[in-house]
Amino acid sequence: MNRRHLNTWLLRHLQVALASLGRLCRAPLATLMTVAVIGIALALPTGMHVALSNIQQLAGGWDGTATLSLFLKQEVGEKQAMQLADRLRVHPQLATVQLIDPDLALEEFQRLSGFEGALQALKKNPLPTVLVIEPHPQQSTPEAAEALLAEFNQLTEVDFTQLDLQWVRRFHAITEIAQRGVMVIGLLLGLAVLLIVGNTIRLEIQNRKSEIEVTKLIGGTDAFIRRPFLYNGFWYGLSGGILAWLLVTLSLWALNEPVERLAGLYHSEFDLSAIDGQTLGFLLLGSTLLGLFGSWIAVGRHLSSIEPS
Amino acid sequence: MIHFENVTKRYPGGYEGLSNTSFHITAGEMVFLTGHSGAGKSTLLRLIGLLERCTRGQVRVCGRNLAKIKRSQIPYHRREVGMIFQDHRLLNDRTVFDNVAMPLVVAGLRHQEISRRVRASLDKVGLLNRERAYPITLSGGEQQRVGIARAVVSKPPVVLADEPTGNLDPTLSQEIMDLFTQFNQVGVTLLIATHDLGLISNMGKRILTLSHSRLMRDTAASRS
Repeated sequence: MNRRHLNTWLLRHLQVALASLGRLCRAPLATLMTVAVIGIALALPTGMHVALSNIQQLAGGWDGTATLSLFLKQEVGEKQAMQLADRLRVHPQLATVQLIDPDLALEEFQRLSGFEGALQALKKNPLPTVLVIEPHPQQSTPEAAEALLAEFNQLTEVDFTQLDLQWVRRFHAITEIAQRGVMVIGLLLGLAVLLIVGNTIRLEIQNRKSEIEVTKLIGGTDAFIRRPFLYNGFWYGLSGGILAWLLVTLSLWALNEPVERLAGLYHSEFDLSAIDGQTLGFLLLGSTLLGLFGSWIAVGRHLSSIEPS
Repeated sequence: MIHFENVTKRYPGGYEGLSNTSFHITAGEMVFLTGHSGAGKSTLLRLIGLLERCTRGQVRVCGRNLAKIKRSQIPYHRREVGMIFQDHRLLNDRTVFDNVAMPLVVAGLRHQEISRRVRASLDKVGLLNRERAYPITLSGGEQQRVGIARAVVSKPPVVLADEPTGNLDPTLSQEIMDLFTQFNQVGVTLLIATHDLGLISNMGKRILTLSHSRLMRDTAASRS
């Protein structure tokens, strides 16, 4: 194919693409309904995905690092606790050891929990001294962390230990299930989009039966006849994807204020993040391909059945 | 140009649309095909345009054996064969210009070339002033002329017409026939199916007469 041929080929595709867009715009209501159905169907899994990644981001701070909390016995004094902390600081497998003084802990708890009155009624500080320990990164596998945990349980000063990894792992397991669920829903709704586009194109083929017949009579190739329908599917898919993006963005915007208020109550800086570029790209590409593929199926099935008589 | 050798077309159920028919039309001939309704005129034309394939025998058009043309190649064969129908088969949602331009658009010609040739073709059938009109607003004779313009716009070597004057009064029919004669004079091979014997009898052209799916008579042209 030489350059001139390529140019005319591109020009013809552009013409067909624009003609197809123009045809869709001339029937705005019907087009809008199809696009709306596609958009809503795609907005659902996209919105769930965005919500899920927001939740994961929220939990991201704890991601990967296992922290061990050593709750010391009440009778262990401040000095003893500091000695223990110093001992642990030279432990080869530990990165940081942080000592939390019971008085400071009580103060912070009063400030954050809103139980000020109730806590002030207590005669004695019920909080134990806590050592928060972070293992070296290479020791932060669940197995290694658990070995450390067993070791620290043997210490006489220690009342009990807690591995903060546990709930992170549970949380990960839950989000994994949710992610799988979003994927299943996405697949099902993607299939629905395929059928919607397929059915819409099928109806269009029926409506333009005489045009197809005449085109076949005057020597139009199958590719020529197929092209406008494929572009219809392309436009349906692309605009459905854009609508889905708008719907999700609008929903996030509507959710943003209450979420911020909730985050404020937890003294968190958490901010709802919008659809990221990768997700948007995937959404638009996916919806366009679904539109194209849906019309391809319809055209393949129905075009050959229309022969001039 | 058009060869039929012992051609039989049998439809499912055993009915024969055409039985053991042989004839030869040379390039530049203008031939009428006549016979009663159901004699096989349409079947014969449909075989040439590859709307159907024959059951037995051989059809050759422009030197090509039609049995050897694959399904994907049919469009290219049809570009060589202009077809005109009794009901003209125009698209009512497109202007006269766009209807006539269709074969050129399909063949992938450039825009300026399309305009030039569509205007030339419309001029030839006397409808240049109606290029922006929609077919539905034209009279029956005008619509048929648009159909003819569409069939000849890509300058196919062969033009087939199936009862082109079927719905027209004698004056309009005569005009259409004159148009065909003009095309024939510039070298187009024409095969026109009609049952209007009165119209064609004094034109002095070759006439193939079909009866009950068989070729009964082949009357040679009396003058050219």
